[in-house]
Amino acid sequence: MSVFTTLLLRDMKLAARSGGSAALALSFFALVATLVPLGVGADLRLLARVAGGVLWVGAVLAALLSLDRLFQGDFEDGSLDVIALSPLPLELTSLAKIAAHWLSTGLPLTVLSPLLALLFNLPGHPTAILFASLLIGTPAVSAIGAIGASLTLSLKRGGLILPLIILPLLSPAVIFGAGAVSSALDGMAANSALGLLAAFATASVLLSPFAAAACVRLNLGG
Amino acid sequence: MISSLTAEKLACARGERRLFDSLSFRVRAGQALAVEGANGAGKTSLLRLIAGFLAPAAGRIVVKTGETESDDGEERGRLVGWLGHLDGLKPQMTVKEQLNFFARLHAMRDADLAATLAQVGLARQAELPCRYLSAGQKRRLALARLLVSRRPLWLLDEPFAALDVAGQALVAQLMARHCGEGGIIIAATHDPLGLGNESLKL
Repeated sequence: MSVFTTLLLRDMKLAARSGGSAALALSFFALVATLVPLGVGADLRLLARVAGGVLWVGAVLAALLSLDRLFQGDFEDGSLDVIALSPLPLELTSLAKIAAHWLSTGLPLTVLSPLLALLFNLPGHPTAILFASLLIGTPAVSAIGAIGASLTLSLKRGGLILPLIILPLLSPAVIFGAGAVSSALDGMAANSALGLLAAFATASVLLSPFAAAACVRLNLGG
Repeated sequence: MISSLTAEKLACARGERRLFDSLSFRVRAGQALAVEGANGAGKTSLLRLIAGFLAPAAGRIVVKTGETESDDGEERGRLVGWLGHLDGLKPQMTVKEQLNFFARLHAMRDADLAATLAQVGLARQAELPCRYLSAGQKRRLALARLLVSRRPLWLLDEPFAALDVAGQALVAQLMARHCGEGGIIIAATHDPLGLGNESLKL
């Protein structure tokens, strides 16, 4: 087992044990998805129309809940010093943390989404597209979130400004993700939106570890 | 194995403040260096400079391994066994899980965890979550990390802090053994190391 997987499994274990950040994100997601139909009312066509946007925004906000702790827990208790001195470059360390965050929040949120789509009267095919878009797009949320988390690492209340930094950067994911669901609902092909989303997610996952590692280095020196 | 570590006219600045200027010293394999100084004199900063976390404001740190010399911070970091003033433990993980993680993190999969825990006096706490450990026991587990990482350059920040008399004797014994095996120790401390070491006053 490589150093990378060691770190990945350790982060997932910690996420599962510390009050279950996955459970927290899932309950938040489910609550948002339940409240919106209650607020909008029983207009089934309207609900189906907004489903993609609401569920995408809900998933992004739910994933955000645990993002501020991505590096901060390790920074505060000194683990990050030890991890930084390990044979693994900080870029791969960041990638391991992004992967662990996605596996413990993004993936469960994606799996839950078809169930929540029922509350919005979303038909079968658009629901499948919603599932696919979240599966493709949520890694970008974890990846871009890692940049924000590493930037706000040494701030005591970093969790408060983290959303301000990363939500604007995540708008392409929400636009393409919700756009794909809308296209499917209108009976049009969702391929182009999904393709753009995939490109955005790939670029985020490939580039974010470098940005996050640079920020972590700055904070270890500060 | 490292043959020596040399600081050449090192300067450290934190923000606008200069902590120290033109600091030079050399530590050879098998030697220990005690860094002394008042609170805020820059002991921890010096250790972070050596570990490569901080970049020096001036001067350089050169590690000589055999015939090759390097002043690259990241490269130097791969040689460092780090005992900071924070222990780096997770309250949710058990003592054994934590040590297993540290061993694998340093790519030391064949480390004998049970023997190391026995050595630092934590054999009976192996299955206990770290949250139930006392400050001294956490320090002992951090020491166990130094042992499993098998790094040649130990950077210790207040290694005797929080330890009882037996624990302090254990640290002294581990340090003596590390030096005996040709390792290098640089320790920020208020207490004598008891190794016949040199000391550096900041």
